[in-house]
Amino acid sequence: MNKLKASFVTANTITEEQFLLNRMKEKEIGRRVENHIHNEMKLDFDALSVNESFARTAVAAFISPLNPTLEELSDVKTAISEAVTNAVIHAYDEEYYLKHHKPDPENDEKMKVYIHCELDKDTLHVEIWDKGKGIANIDLAMEPLYTEKPEQDRSGMGFAFMEAFMDDLEVISEPGFGTTVLMKKNLRNNRG
Amino acid sequence: MDDFKVIDNYLMIKMPEEIDHHKSTYISKTADDFILREKIGNIVFDFEDTRFMDSSGIGIIMGRYKKITYFGGKVYTINTDTRIRRTLMISGLHKIIEIME
Repeated sequence: MNKLKASFVTANTITEEQFLLNRMKEKEIGRRVENHIHNEMKLDFDALSVNESFARTAVAAFISPLNPTLEELSDVKTAISEAVTNAVIHAYDEEYYLKHHKPDPENDEKMKVYIHCELDKDTLHVEIWDKGKGIANIDLAMEPLYTEKPEQDRSGMGFAFMEAFMDDLEVISEPGFGTTVLMKKNLRNNRG
Repeated sequence: MDDFKVIDNYLMIKMPEEIDHHKSTYISKTADDFILREKIGNIVFDFEDTRFMDSSGIGIIMGRYKKITYFGGKVYTINTDTRIRRTLMISGLHKIIEIME
């Protein structure tokens, strides 16, 4: 009877080796989570104005494990909102719609905005791109107060805000193929 | 329509919790309807409930400012928190409108 009990117990107990391996795995994952070594996410959604709020909220949720300050959170949300709004208003504008969309309804699915976020230690890297009409003159577009749509009450401050609220901004664009906005922000700037 | 009120010749606009491009079109349009229909001299933007604003908010204020100053009116903002005040500063709007503390 005792022999049976002993074999039962050993059969249902993890070996020392398994136990140590499990501990190592937990420790490794725990360390990664604790120090936020690396985390990544991708999003793509329709270029609709209603999704601007979705996009900035999603990115804010993604960085929340780092316990960002309210100011950092607001900075990131504003920058994301500006970049996505640009794609919705300018990249896929009425001109683009008439040219690409109407004659071929199958192109419908192509009017999308893409976001790729990466957390590398304390730094957030964001890439936001579209496959819209592109920007012919990037320097002019990035000038504060310059807007192509003043009649729609656009302030022309989009890129200026991205620049002011993030640490780094890069804009790459090819007319007819789309625009990519790359942004970087260190989320531990003001902490000791 | 409680967000828009006319007191004397002041148009009071209660701004929503989040101001982005999606919401801004409606605010601009409704404000312009009021400016056309009623005797509006000045505009007051109330940010009491606002927790988020991007450059679309700047666009709303700038557009109304252009319309109202043409007739000698003024634009005021009230109940702005530090983040909204910072956004107004970066855009330079604090030089042309009155930010009430």
